[in-house]
Amino acid sequence: MWDIIIQIAGIIVQIFPYAIAYTIPLLITALGGLFSERSGVVNIGLEGLMVIGGFAGALTISTFQRSMPGTAIWLGLFAAFVAGALFALLHAFACVTLNANQVISGIAINMVAGALTTFLARNMTGSGNVRIRGMLRQDVPVLSEIPILGKTLFTQTYASTWVVLAILLLSAFLLYKTKFGLRLRACGEHPHAADAAGVNVYLIRYLAVMLSGAFAGLGGAIFLATVSGEFSGSAGGIGFLALAALIFGQWKPIGILGAAFFFGFATTIANVSQVIPLFSNIPSILLKTFPFVVTLVALVLFSKSSQAPRAAGEPYDKGKR
Amino acid sequence: MRIKLSKDSILSLVAVILGLTAGAILMRLTGNSPIEGYRYLFSGGAMNIERIGNTLATATPLIFTGLAVAFAFKTGLFNIGASGQMLMGGLGATAVGLTLAWPKPILLTVMMLVALFAGGLWGAIPGWLKAKFNVHEVVASIMMNWIAFWTVYYAVPAYFKGPFLETESRRLPSSASLKVPWLTNLFQGSYINLGIFIAIATIIIIAFILDRTTLGYELKAVGHNKHAAQASGINVNQRIVLSMAIAGALAGLGGASFYVGFASNMQIGVLPSQGFDGMAVALLAANSPWGVFSGSIFFGILHTGKGFMNAMTNIPPEIADTIIATIIYFAATSVLVERLWVRLKKKKILRFLEKSDVGAGGGE
Repeated sequence: MWDIIIQIAGIIVQIFPYAIAYTIPLLITALGGLFSERSGVVNIGLEGLMVIGGFAGALTISTFQRSMPGTAIWLGLFAAFVAGALFALLHAFACVTLNANQVISGIAINMVAGALTTFLARNMTGSGNVRIRGMLRQDVPVLSEIPILGKTLFTQTYASTWVVLAILLLSAFLLYKTKFGLRLRACGEHPHAADAAGVNVYLIRYLAVMLSGAFAGLGGAIFLATVSGEFSGSAGGIGFLALAALIFGQWKPIGILGAAFFFGFATTIANVSQVIPLFSNIPSILLKTFPFVVTLVALVLFSKSSQAPRAAGEPYDKGKR
Repeated sequence: MRIKLSKDSILSLVAVILGLTAGAILMRLTGNSPIEGYRYLFSGGAMNIERIGNTLATATPLIFTGLAVAFAFKTGLFNIGASGQMLMGGLGATAVGLTLAWPKPILLTVMMLVALFAGGLWGAIPGWLKAKFNVHEVVASIMMNWIAFWTVYYAVPAYFKGPFLETESRRLPSSASLKVPWLTNLFQGSYINLGIFIAIATIIIIAFILDRTTLGYELKAVGHNKHAAQASGINVNQRIVLSMAIAGALAGLGGASFYVGFASNMQIGVLPSQGFDGMAVALLAANSPWGVFSGSIFFGILHTGKGFMNAMTNIPPEIADTIIATIIYFAATSVLVERLWVRLKKKKILRFLEKSDVGAGGGE
C-alpha cells in the first residue's frame, strides 16, 4: 500500500513540471473566457484567439531571437497579448455593436484565425510553420532551497508561469474588489439594470471581450514558447479545453484554477502513460476524453443551480425590457 | 414571405462578395494578382470533367453537414457538433467496412446505416441533455466533438492500424468504398462517388419532411416559439431530441461520404473542417435544403480549385479557407449590411421627397 502511494507521489513530482507547462496556457485562456462571459458575451473563439497569439508571438520571437535572445520571448508574449486584444475586436464589434449571434461570430473567429495565420505564415516560410527557440526553465532564487516543496514547485520553472499566476490573482481582485469588476459582472447578469444604474454596457463588454482576446493570445504564445516550440496554425484544441475549464470551474477564478490543474494533469498523464508503468493500465482514451466528459457531467449536475452568467449569449438591446 | 426570401439571398450574396473581396485584398497584400488568383481558383474547380467530379465529391460531405446544421436550426437548435458526428459516422462506417466481407451493395447499405446511427447518437446526446437538463446544446456539442476526436484518435490505431503509419487506418477494400468504377470512369478518374446521389436524395427527403409533413411542421413550430408549440400540444422536449438526432444522423452520413467515399482511410488527430464549413453553408442558404446544395457546390469549387491555384501562382491554398471563414463572419454580421441598406433607402426617400417639394416635415 505504502509502496504505491510513494510511487504515485514520486510520479507526481516527476510529471509536475510538464503538467504545469500544459496547465498554464489553459488557465490564462480560460481566465480570458471568464472576463468575456461574465460580461455577457459568450466567446467560443478562444481557440482562434490563441492561434492569433501564437502567430504574433512566433513572428516576433523569430525576428528578435538573434539580436536580443533574452528579451525576444517577452516581446513575443507582449505582441501576442496586443494581437489577441485587437483580433477580439472583431468579435466585440459583431456581438456588441451589431447584436450578431455570438456563437456564429465565435466560430468565424476560430476559422478566420486558423486560415489567415496559416495563409500568412505560408507566404513567409513556405511550409506554414514557424520554429522558435523556446523559453528556458529557471530556478526561483531562495524558494527553490526549501526541502521537497522547493524542489517540486520552484525549480526548473518557466517565468511565464509566475506571470500567469499573478494575472490570476489580479483578475480575481479586479472582478470582485473593484468598481469595474462589479460593473462587468452586472453586465453579465442583468445588463438593463446595469444600464439603468449608469453603466455603459457596450463599453464594458468591449473591454471584456478585448481582455479575453489578450489573455487567450497570451495563452497561445505561452503554449508556443513553453510546450510546442513551433507555430503550425492551430492551438491543439486547448481553446476548447479552456472553455470546458471555464464551465467546470463554474465561472469563478478559483474554480477555473482547479479545473485547469485537473485537466492539465489528466492530459499530461495521458501523454506520458506509455512510459510510466503505473498508468499504462489506464487507457489513454479515458484520460483524454475525461475533461470533456466531466464537463458534461458538471453541466448536468449544476443545471439546476448553474453559476453561468444569466445574460451570457444574449445581445444587449436597450429597447427590450 | 417572398420578400423575406429575396432579402436573405441578397444578404448571402453580399456576404459572399465581401468574402471574395477580402480574399482579393489578401492576395494583393501578399504581392499576387487577385484576378489571376481567382481565375485559377475557379477554373481549378470547374475547368474539366475530372475537376467537376472532384468539386461534386468535395461538396458531398458539405451538403450533409450543411443539412445537419440547417435542420437543427429549424428547431431553434445550434448544431455545432457536426464535426464530431461526422467522425463517429465515419468511424462506424470504416469499422464495418474493414471488418465484414459482404457483397458490395449489402455492405454499403449496412455501413451507411451504421454511420447514420452513430452520428444520430452523437447528435441525440446533446439534444437529450438540452431537453432533460436544459444544458446548452452548443456547449454540449463542443464537448461531444472532442470526445469523438479522442475516440477516433485512440480507436483507429488500436483496432484498424494501417501498415505504414500509426496515424491512419488501413485502406478500405474497394468493395467497401462508395467509389464505383463506372462513376470514376465517367468523371475521368475523379474522387466522385455514390455519396453525391445519397446527398441529393437526402436533400429531397429533408425538404419533404420540413415542408410537407406534420413532423416538419412541429419541428419548425418548436423553433419559432417553444411555448406556443407546447401549448398547442406538441411534445417539445421529444422534438428537440429528435431534431438533434436527425441532424446528427445527417452529419454521420456526411462522415461516411467523406471517410469511405472521398477518402479511402481515416486519418486521426483531425477534427474535420466540413463540420464548420457546413455552418457557413447553412448560413448562406438561410437554412433552405436546396440553398445548402448550391452553397456546398460553391465551397466545393473553392476547395477543389485551391490546389490548382497554388500550383499556378504563389498564393497559398489556405486562401480558400480564409475566404470561407470571412464569409461566415460577414454572414454573422449581415445586420450591418441591412442597416446600411435601410439608411440608403431612407436617404433615397428623403431626396425624393425634397425633389417633389412635399417633405418639409417628418425627418428624424
